[in-house]
Amino acid sequence: MNQYDAIVIGAGHNGLTNAAYLAKAGLEVLVVEKNDYIGGAAVSRELHEGWVYSSCSYVCSMMRQAIHRDLDLTKHGLILVPYLGNVAFGDNGETLVGYTDEEANYNALRKISPHDADAMFRLHTDLARYAQLIRKTLLRTPPDPTSFRPRDINELLWLAKQFWSLGEKELYEYIRFFTMSAADYLEDYLENDLIKATMASAGIIGTALGVYSPGSAYILLHHVMGDVDGNIGAWGLARGGMGAISQSLAGALQEHGGEIRLNAGVQKILVKNQKAVGIVLENGDELYANIVVSNLDAKRTFTQCMDEDDLPPGIFEKAKNFKIRGSSGKVNIALSGLPKFTGVPNNRYVNRGGQAFVGSLETMERAYDDWKHGRWSKDPFIESVIPSAWDPTVAPPGKHWMSNFVQYCPSQLADGPWTPEKRNAFGQTVVDKIERYSPGFKDLIVHMEVRTPHEIEAEVGLTEGNIFQGELTIDQLLFNRPFPGYAQYRMPVKNMYMCGSSTHPGGGVSSACGANAAREILMDLRRSNTVPVDDFYDE
Amino acid sequence: MTMSESNTITVDPFEGERPKETHFHARMAVLNIRENWAAWNGYKLANYFYDAEYEYFCVRNGCGTYDICGMQKYFVAGKDAEAMLNRMVTRDISKMNVDRVTYLVWCTDEGRLIDDGTVFKLGHERFMLTCGSPSLAWLEKSCYGFKDVSIVDMSEQIAALAFQGPTSCEVLKRMGLEDIHTLKPFGIMHFPFAGSEDKPLMVSRTGFTGDLGYELWIKPELALEMWDSLYAAGEDYNIQPFGEAALNMARMEAGFIMPLMEFNETLKTVHFRHDHTPFQLSLDWLVDFKKPHFNGRAALLKEKHDGAEYTLVKLDIEGNKPAEECNVYSDEDCENEIGYVTSAMWSPAVKANIALAMVKTKYLKGEIWAEIYYNKELRPYKKVARCTIKEKPFWTHPRSRATPPLPY
Repeated sequence: MNQYDAIVIGAGHNGLTNAAYLAKAGLEVLVVEKNDYIGGAAVSRELHEGWVYSSCSYVCSMMRQAIHRDLDLTKHGLILVPYLGNVAFGDNGETLVGYTDEEANYNALRKISPHDADAMFRLHTDLARYAQLIRKTLLRTPPDPTSFRPRDINELLWLAKQFWSLGEKELYEYIRFFTMSAADYLEDYLENDLIKATMASAGIIGTALGVYSPGSAYILLHHVMGDVDGNIGAWGLARGGMGAISQSLAGALQEHGGEIRLNAGVQKILVKNQKAVGIVLENGDELYANIVVSNLDAKRTFTQCMDEDDLPPGIFEKAKNFKIRGSSGKVNIALSGLPKFTGVPNNRYVNRGGQAFVGSLETMERAYDDWKHGRWSKDPFIESVIPSAWDPTVAPPGKHWMSNFVQYCPSQLADGPWTPEKRNAFGQTVVDKIERYSPGFKDLIVHMEVRTPHEIEAEVGLTEGNIFQGELTIDQLLFNRPFPGYAQYRMPVKNMYMCGSSTHPGGGVSSACGANAAREILMDLRRSNTVPVDDFYDE
Repeated sequence: MTMSESNTITVDPFEGERPKETHFHARMAVLNIRENWAAWNGYKLANYFYDAEYEYFCVRNGCGTYDICGMQKYFVAGKDAEAMLNRMVTRDISKMNVDRVTYLVWCTDEGRLIDDGTVFKLGHERFMLTCGSPSLAWLEKSCYGFKDVSIVDMSEQIAALAFQGPTSCEVLKRMGLEDIHTLKPFGIMHFPFAGSEDKPLMVSRTGFTGDLGYELWIKPELALEMWDSLYAAGEDYNIQPFGEAALNMARMEAGFIMPLMEFNETLKTVHFRHDHTPFQLSLDWLVDFKKPHFNGRAALLKEKHDGAEYTLVKLDIEGNKPAEECNVYSDEDCENEIGYVTSAMWSPAVKANIALAMVKTKYLKGEIWAEIYYNKELRPYKKVARCTIKEKPFWTHPRSRATPPLPY
């Protein structure tokens, strides 16, 4: 069969979500995937026997609960397990232990700064106010501010009402917040550098900005607004690795009759009379569909899978200039035992959760300087987690693996293209830094998967290896994502849609982009909506 | 002696008043860093040790231990033991094989539920009955007319530990319990332990979490040694003690009933019909009218014929506000009350707002709405949410029934 109601390009979690909702509405859906495995950046891979890496994304807090529940992802094998404890390491040997328990956390902060321990309540309250507002927009289609359609006007009014409900002072603060740097934002609250640096680190993850760059405050919010079962700011691990999320979505898709084809990279989206009519696979096969949905990032979709001539004027340029810069690497390390960290209590609730090698605000800014100069950071910020300490299924008993997210790592080096040697040297930089805080770490290493933006782009398909499918700065958020005028998942070519993180609400394993796009598609097809509305703990 | 003279209290003026420590207390006290203790039949029992939700996830993801020393345990022995028990309980236990366990309930002559529990068939004329509340008086009363039956309260002489979760079988194997994977659900095996060849460790494949799990039974002298051995084996399998809070979450997802939540023991119920019958609790499958006469038979037969006034159902409730202690209605305006929620929670595993509720049977086919009250920063809110009846447990996993259990 080569004719479908809808073809979704890319079996990442948003593509699968989109397809599942279309299939649930009764459409005949095909998902095509270039790799011989599904998952995109939500993937579990056994690259060394017995160890299962979450090769790309590694923790989860934005997954829309309403979707998990609605598609019955638990039945399809998904369990999200929260992990406990975080340790931040400073440059001078100081450590900051973070707890989920409010009182324990307060006591830990007090040991470093009584002032900041108190101030943290105000900071978290303010962040929670901003976060709850953004959270409400996740499973909604952004309004077009220039449109006079009743739906857009209603949605704009709704959005305005949400903002107004903050109160006058907070409204001003919020608008300021969107343009601030993480470090400047925190300056008003905190005094201790390690605490500031620890909080600010969430503002640079996955983004080509520094802690002092305007716009990084929002990224911070993007990383703390999620929740696990209503525990705002908590992070969970998917049992079996992040691939369990994609697998469960695939299970839901197949339950509703959808189909997935592997080893089916797309060469081109077929357009006839300004309408998308199908795709051409890399092997030359042509497949036809009434609807074509791209889960690829905006740049890749328009500049690599479409002819410039098939697009209305300006779109190709917009896509070419879409801000999607590679800034992060990922080093997955299989270990023969649990690493021990200097200055961390030997207590299971804190010594095996998350580790943040933050150094200081200064160190993180210098790390950004290296990136600007086309080098990977000599002294990078690393955010780590040891999933095997919580999930018995991802490493042999007693063995572990550590996920290390590394900021910064450029997609293009100043001294020429990436080579395996340079990639290994990047990996060594990461290992050396961890060894500083965990003497003996190197001796535990059994296997390593080093991923620079080069590998991430080559394997996952994300342009420049940008984890968000495009920077999360205000010029590319909400009704500006991916481009102004095209934020409602419909693309410039008729019958063509986008459903990946290049669309609202952006990066993160949330399933929201895919679900939102499905709702729009079903509306256009005059089918009844299958996508649930979001539910909130703090409605 | 005043406190100022010494910080050491040599004579405890409240001796005997404090909750007793169970046979595992020495180990649990070290791990109970939040010092949050409840009590069960006079024994200290942790509400949680560190974080209730984390402990709950150990049961769903790794494995956990739950102290059941507070459970009441009675040896019922003698030629008439089986006949006496079969007369007391509503289920037919006459076909039980040795080394099997069965879940059951017992009622008054009026068919009202006294308690639920499990019977272990330890030998041809030897049974162990376990239950949540002290039941010696009722057991002795139930012996009336039976010649050869003895009741011995073993509650303090047996240390017992529930051990539940997907990795539990693997850990027991590591602990040296050979062939544990061949143990079927509701089966019993005996193992040598601590150098003793007389198999002092009894393991039953039973539990209260709806997942793979076991219960370990041993004499108190070996309790700590067993704990240490189990925890050494479980080190790499996410072993963790869990408290009552986590147990309550797991059992609710499994759809199991709890005294003082789903049912009020009839012998402790003052108000007319505030107690329950097995039919009301959807325990029809525990009542066997084919067996000889048993307590409550006539009344239950009548109820089966007439239909129970209330039926316990599993509800999936829209939204995410747990419907704790709320009434349910047949209409969204909440004008016609048709029942009440017995327990409710947000299920982290299933990502659903779940509840068990007693609903008037005649309204089961219609709409059900819950009137939920919740509090947001001191201000109370009300929400009316649609409820859907679920036939199956909210959580279940094939490994809980498979022998050998499926890989974790």
